Amino acid sequence: MKKIHIILLIAIAISIGALISLTGNLSSYDNIASARNKPGKFVHIIARLDKTKPIVYDALKDPNFLSFYAVDSLGNQTQVVYHNPKPADLETSERVVLQGEMQGNVFNCKDILLKCPSKYKDEKSQVDKSLKAKI
Amino acid sequence: MNFIGENLLPGQLGHFCAVLSFAASLVAMIAFFKSAKGAGDADAWKRLGRIAFITEVVAVLMVIGTILYLLIAHEYEYYYAWNHSSNEMQARFLVAAFWESSEGSFLLWTFWNAVLGLILMKTAGKWEAPVLTVISFAQFCLASMVLGIYFFDAKLGSNPFILLRDFEVDAPIFKQANYMSMAFMQDGRGLNPLLQNYWMVIHPPVLFLGFSATIVPFAYAVAALWKKQYTEWTKVVLPWASFAAAVLGLGIMMGAAWAYESLSFGGFWAWDPVENAILVPWIVMVCGIHTLLAYRSTGHSLRITFAFFILSFLLILYSTFLTRSGILGDTSVHSFTDLGMNTQLLIFLLVFVVPSLGLFIARYKFVPAEKREEAVSSREFWMFVGALLLFLSALYITSITSIPVYNKVFGQKVAPPEDNLYAYNKVMILVVIVIAALTAITQYLKYKQTSSAYFWKKMGVPAIIALVAGGLILYFGHFDYYKYGIGYLIAIYLALFCSIYSVVANAAYIWIGLKGKMKAAGASVAHVGFGILLMGVFISTTKKKVISENTSGISVPGIVDAKGKPENPFENLTLVKGLDFKMGDYRVTYVGDSAGGAKDAKQYYRLHFTKGEPNSQTLKEDFSIYPDAFVNVKEQSGGEGIIANPDYKRYLDKDVFVYLTSLPNKASTEDTSTFREHSLKPGDTLFYSTGLMVFNHVVSGTDGRTDIMAGAGDSVFTADITVHAKDSTMYKARPTLVVQRGRALEFPDTVMSQSLVLKFSGATKKGLSLKVKESNAIMDYVTIKSYIFPYINLVWLGTLVMVAGFLMSVVARVRRG
Repeated sequence: MKKIHIILLIAIAISIGALISLTGNLSSYDNIASARNKPGKFVHIIARLDKTKPIVYDALKDPNFLSFYAVDSLGNQTQVVYHNPKPADLETSERVVLQGEMQGNVFNCKDILLKCPSKYKDEKSQVDKSLKAKI
Repeated sequence: MNFIGENLLPGQLGHFCAVLSFAASLVAMIAFFKSAKGAGDADAWKRLGRIAFITEVVAVLMVIGTILYLLIAHEYEYYYAWNHSSNEMQARFLVAAFWESSEGSFLLWTFWNAVLGLILMKTAGKWEAPVLTVISFAQFCLASMVLGIYFFDAKLGSNPFILLRDFEVDAPIFKQANYMSMAFMQDGRGLNPLLQNYWMVIHPPVLFLGFSATIVPFAYAVAALWKKQYTEWTKVVLPWASFAAAVLGLGIMMGAAWAYESLSFGGFWAWDPVENAILVPWIVMVCGIHTLLAYRSTGHSLRITFAFFILSFLLILYSTFLTRSGILGDTSVHSFTDLGMNTQLLIFLLVFVVPSLGLFIARYKFVPAEKREEAVSSREFWMFVGALLLFLSALYITSITSIPVYNKVFGQKVAPPEDNLYAYNKVMILVVIVIAALTAITQYLKYKQTSSAYFWKKMGVPAIIALVAGGLILYFGHFDYYKYGIGYLIAIYLALFCSIYSVVANAAYIWIGLKGKMKAAGASVAHVGFGILLMGVFISTTKKKVISENTSGISVPGIVDAKGKPENPFENLTLVKGLDFKMGDYRVTYVGDSAGGAKDAKQYYRLHFTKGEPNSQTLKEDFSIYPDAFVNVKEQSGGEGIIANPDYKRYLDKDVFVYLTSLPNKASTEDTSTFREHSLKPGDTLFYSTGLMVFNHVVSGTDGRTDIMAGAGDSVFTADITVHAKDSTMYKARPTLVVQRGRALEFPDTVMSQSLVLKFSGATKKGLSLKVKESNAIMDYVTIKSYIFPYINLVWLGTLVMVAGFLMSVVARVRRG
């Protein structure tokens, strides 16, 4: 066996090892109901802000406490608690990706990714909205 | 209908030029192809190709010029101008508005391809025809992106010259002939506030030059396979590959600097899919440079060099697909949205992937390969090992970044791991340990064979210096980063040591190996820069410290959530205007805010930092930091949101870094109230508008307050007060008085949710004096997050040195001819 073959074998072994260690850590996209079924497990939920429910955030009381309600496409709803300031565009966001885990009835959120109008400026619907606002 | 006041000529001209560039690049491609085939009239075809290519360049310049004209002249009847620019925009941002959109950035890419194409036309000699065939084909594909023409039912590209009324064809307002004179047409939407930054002016041109530059090694590799001349191209391609690595590397790190300086990600690198997508082609380009050098000296590794150069460009196209198709929408914080061009983007990728990889596979066994094995003591052997490892790391990064793609293809719902950064870091740190060590050691190996006497003689001194320097840095650096356990900490120590070793060994090699000939030292300088960059990365990220931990004493019973992990202190701190807070070694006061001035929509918040004894003449440090924010960005965020940019105090050895995370609603923060003094005895009760407070007693000392700065000889008294709010919550308040050499210093305490500020100012004949301010408004405040990044400057310094090293070798190789 040539040296290059040994090296390639080692390289393949390393790659497989790295990928296996990665797959063990991967998370999943869930909806609120399926996230409830695995409390304490880290998941991603794609949902949107429930605008009928209050958003609680008071930087004077506690700058590290935000609570709001999210609804997913199946209509399920949950309270979300996030230990960080309120993301600037939360109210106007159309879609949120919540990363965290269910604890009881509360989704304990570690990170929020917003789908915001400012980020999706070139989308036709955003242009429409902006045009309407100007007229 | 005839619309009044529209200026249609520029749009027609621009669109004509876009179509012309599309057609001309097609002609150029065919002509260069015919010429490269070596038909009898090859020269005539080449002349035609040149004419067509130059025509295409002129057309592209006209397209770009026309768009810039529309932006500068505020021709809002055009969608592009209306959507991306505004009257209030500063001139430098008009170019940024040009490349804010997908069309503009494609044109920027086309522009650089055109420039490089012209240079190659002058310099490539016999390679001109095949290389320009490839480049013209790329130009043809890029031109199709800004075409906006329907072929049957399929829309090809998106036309940057479309009129607003054609874009918004359903809006009834555009049924009126005089719509141009209406108010909504007098101003545009402007540039996204997140992008109103000088980095947005300088980062895209550099990055896209890097994008463009990767096509040159690709084109040479394809040309060589095609023309079956497998070896000659390796000489001319080397400076091009170094140039691509230099510019792309600079572009990537400018993006990192942008993220650090003005986007509130809290760092310079977040393994965001968009960052990864462009890092991977750079890594593969660097692999290609190393195997090419090995080939040039020994004849080994030619096949894999072809593969690396081809893949580097294909990965650029893949990154284009990822970032522009909208597929990363759920995993990345910054990518373009889906513009309905995904099929076209995919075709753009495939028309390069299939022929180039097909050609590579078909010709693979004809590419000369050295039969002899590399010796373990040879330089080329370890260069190959290093390149292979780097390539594997690139594959690893791609495999995580591509998770959204698997989900799309296989209908899965896999998401990135919980600790996304660690998933990358734990693998990359091992890669870096080996790579950094290899960059140090391999320099002292000779091509083909190294005698161990030579190796140890040359290696000895730098190894000893590195051991001493590394030992000192690691011993005195206090790298106690236990977040991921002892194994990871050991990896950090090793990685940091190897980075230091890389810097020392490569710097020493300039004298030991090259006898101080700086002209030939490009590689060593690039490696030194890479080592410095890695040192900066490890020191600044492992010793990054959050200093805005919430210690303000506003723990309200029932509100602080028990679910929050106690070992993970909350990182945001609210600073009430005019009161000073302890933050790390500093005392910080939010002094006030001011507007940015004409054409600057930002609001600047002054945070006054001091270090040392308060109210004395001997402050060790006294400075202000001005983090800023766009407030009331009506259109983007409904009038409430903020878009914050950090500011920092830069020291040689660290940055103190602050950004705003929350602001009050401005209208309700005018505070006109003042302190009122009360005389009380212990046990007395005092009412305020929404509750009462009980003055329990006075204690000597700070009563557990950690933010009081008192010396040994000072007398300290603290009033113990309980506030009972109407809603039956209870708060403790502990205003403190420090008597320091006859001067009284008051340290107020606040009950923020009750808008109360209490000061204890000592005893008078009537009793104990308590000053109470009950704010008649919500207090003005800022909520901030603040870090200390030690030695972050090494990251930027390392980048510059590395780029300089690459460029030095470009110059050296071009001069040598």
